[in-house]
Amino acid sequence: MRKLALSDEILLSIQQPARYIGGEVNMCVKDPKDVAIRFAMCFPDVYEIGMSHLGMQILYDMFNRREDIWCERVFSPWTDLDPLMRQHKIPLFALESQDPVKDFDFLGITIQYEMCYTNILQVLDLSGIPLHARERKEEDPIVIGGGPCAYNPEPLAPFFDLFYIGEGETQYDALFDLYKKNRSQGGSREDFLLGAAGLPGIYVPAFYDVAYREDGTIRSFVPNREGIPERIGKELVVEMDEAPYIENPIVPFIKVTQDRVVLEIQRGCIRGCRFCQAGNIYRPLREHSLEYLKKYAYQMLKSTGHEEISLSSLSSSDYSCLKELVTFLIEEFQGRGVNISLPSLRIDAFSLDVMSKVQDVKKSSLTFAPEAGTQRLRDVINKGLTEEAILNGAAQAFRGGWNRVKLYFMLGLPTETREDMEGIALLAEKVAETFYDEVPKEKRHGKVQVGASSSFFVPKPFTPFQWAKMCTKEEFLQRAYIVKDKFKEMKNKKSLKYSYHDADVTVLEGVLARGDRRVAAVVEKAYQNGALYDSWTEHFDNDIWMKAFSDCNVNPDFYTTRERKLDEVFPWDFIDAGVTKEFLAREWKRAMEETVTPNCRQQCSGCGARTYKGGVCFEDKN
Amino acid sequence: MKYIGHLDMMRYFQKVMRRADVDIRYSEGFSPHQIMSFASPLGVGITSRGEYVDIEVLSTESSVRMIKRLNDAMTEGVEILSYKRLPDQAAAAMSIVAAADYTVRFRQGYEPANWQEFSDGLLDFLKRDFVPVLKKTKKGEREIDIRPWIYRLCPENDYTIRMRVAAGSAANLKPEVVIQAYMESRREKLDQFALAIHRDEVYGNRSDIETPDFCPLDQFGENIE
Repeated sequence: MRKLALSDEILLSIQQPARYIGGEVNMCVKDPKDVAIRFAMCFPDVYEIGMSHLGMQILYDMFNRREDIWCERVFSPWTDLDPLMRQHKIPLFALESQDPVKDFDFLGITIQYEMCYTNILQVLDLSGIPLHARERKEEDPIVIGGGPCAYNPEPLAPFFDLFYIGEGETQYDALFDLYKKNRSQGGSREDFLLGAAGLPGIYVPAFYDVAYREDGTIRSFVPNREGIPERIGKELVVEMDEAPYIENPIVPFIKVTQDRVVLEIQRGCIRGCRFCQAGNIYRPLREHSLEYLKKYAYQMLKSTGHEEISLSSLSSSDYSCLKELVTFLIEEFQGRGVNISLPSLRIDAFSLDVMSKVQDVKKSSLTFAPEAGTQRLRDVINKGLTEEAILNGAAQAFRGGWNRVKLYFMLGLPTETREDMEGIALLAEKVAETFYDEVPKEKRHGKVQVGASSSFFVPKPFTPFQWAKMCTKEEFLQRAYIVKDKFKEMKNKKSLKYSYHDADVTVLEGVLARGDRRVAAVVEKAYQNGALYDSWTEHFDNDIWMKAFSDCNVNPDFYTTRERKLDEVFPWDFIDAGVTKEFLAREWKRAMEETVTPNCRQQCSGCGARTYKGGVCFEDKN
Repeated sequence: MKYIGHLDMMRYFQKVMRRADVDIRYSEGFSPHQIMSFASPLGVGITSRGEYVDIEVLSTESSVRMIKRLNDAMTEGVEILSYKRLPDQAAAAMSIVAAADYTVRFRQGYEPANWQEFSDGLLDFLKRDFVPVLKKTKKGEREIDIRPWIYRLCPENDYTIRMRVAAGSAANLKPEVVIQAYMESRREKLDQFALAIHRDEVYGNRSDIETPDFCPLDQFGENIE
């Protein structure tokens, strides 16, 4: 029997003990004596969320293919276990070996969203690893951060030994080899970090000094020792088919958010929506071949026994072999009781035909993401979707038997006016009218249901909107009320539903997204005062955060509602994410002019990603 | 495995069937599910070597081959011990479950001070004709007599008690309820973590309830050559 870090008494008195015991199908077990490096890979949220994350599974599989490494998993203990671990002085452990994280060589933390920052401190704290990198001793694990939030690592800079900027497949081997070499030569922690800072994509925050101007903006951001690069380029996989994918994904016992095989069909996006960070930092679009995907579809369904397969990408409809892939999945697997789920498809004749084959029309709903209520504002954000396309898609769908539609919007976008806000209700109303126009009375089963929801816009680094002024909480709510009131005026209001996100958490997300090193103190203070699981509405406590800001003498408005000048030095400017600052500035200007920029397949807009010499930039040019 | 709830164990088995490529029958419709049913749900915290699941297959290999295929698709802690063909008209396992054997052990630190005295007292306790237990129902509490549901009980050395009690849809008695009733009669309290419970076997009844003939579910089917 495997040993467990937690006692029976504890495991039987907490929710979902299966979160902490490991032992799932396809879990990787090695003998610690046979490996040179023990790597704890952490997703700083609860097991069910972390186990649904594709990137972590890819790296887990890739690391464990190396014989000299044992990579294990770590998640945030839920709020019921956290106090028990502190009370009984149980150090945080990895699921596979159940050994304390503190005994590992590396603790790698994937940082997927800003609201997990306090959970990162919880993981360090419960592991018994000093929160600040500068206080760590030789025997402490090297703490690495990665993932989309590493594109502005500054609010977390003091807590990490290093950050890996970009896609994980490319530089970890070199990093591990360096670690082994350094150790065999008797090198210190500092020696390793110095070496690592010379690798592409690796950022060691301790080797850089920041100076600020009187107005609080950055004066300079420079290396503080010899040989450390001034700029750090993101890492990316140029040839997707050459990268390893997951052969044997772990199959959780408990139902996790993503309880299915996930096929990543492509990385990046051609669309160039101006609010979207993923669409910029993953440039250029790179596709997997159909053959590669077929092979992994077989392999992963076989090795997991999952009853569902899903596609993952930012915009599946742009995948050039989508028709062939979907036809293959349906023909090959549907008869064998495997469900096929197709998210992020543009609604058109093809996708409706496919969806009617793979799902129960009566039970499912269609999703559109217009993001803004008027064509003017959709042009500002460069969201190509037109009202005509939405209404056409909806009409076809209604004729095909669907009667539920979901519409996603953002509020607080740059240049937004009352007309744009009210446009959300008007568009929802038009969708409902389309139903009554298209479907004769005798063919209607039930009413049409149109659910519109809006999130509040947060400007993100490496987007054309990184210069944008964000709304205050009051402005956000005021805008939501305008939309809500407009919905009440609609003729079909009984068929319409409107909901909006929490505004407090959005404001905080805005601070963390574009924050600098001075924000780190606030994160630490908030954690010490009890902030944890901030992405969970039921746990988020805005008062703790507001108090932390005032205790640390940091003004959140500086990061959110301030106008930024075009030549301001941003905390993330030392990173080369592929898209140039000139391109982003050009796009910001075009947004203000309400000018649409064509997508990558229509015309190159010179974003800078061509330098990677691959992907969509070189399509049909071989 | 004892930390995995019944519903998750069912999901686990559905995936095992796919990994082992068992030619299981699916229901019709948009979201087809496997024709599979468990004999008796096992509570969280309880270990067992006597679990049964019925499946309907369109084709099969021999019992030996199928046991190997299934176990190759398992994870540590779950093992297929036997694979048998049921008669076509066989009732679902769930509906014929009548009794179960349990081994109940006091965990370290929770043992009664004097085991001899405790276990002798337990046997005396069971000589009563009537062992009332308060059972919570929707309408409040109701007193029920659990004595007829205890078929056999035998204290052993090292703080262990073996028992056979009623199981299934008609009457189901949890082993800890027996110990709890006894301890309450001694004005003692049973700590929620005091007992480690293990299910040894699940039985169907080949006779009537007056003169039961308990038979392990395994024996309701035949080996496939």
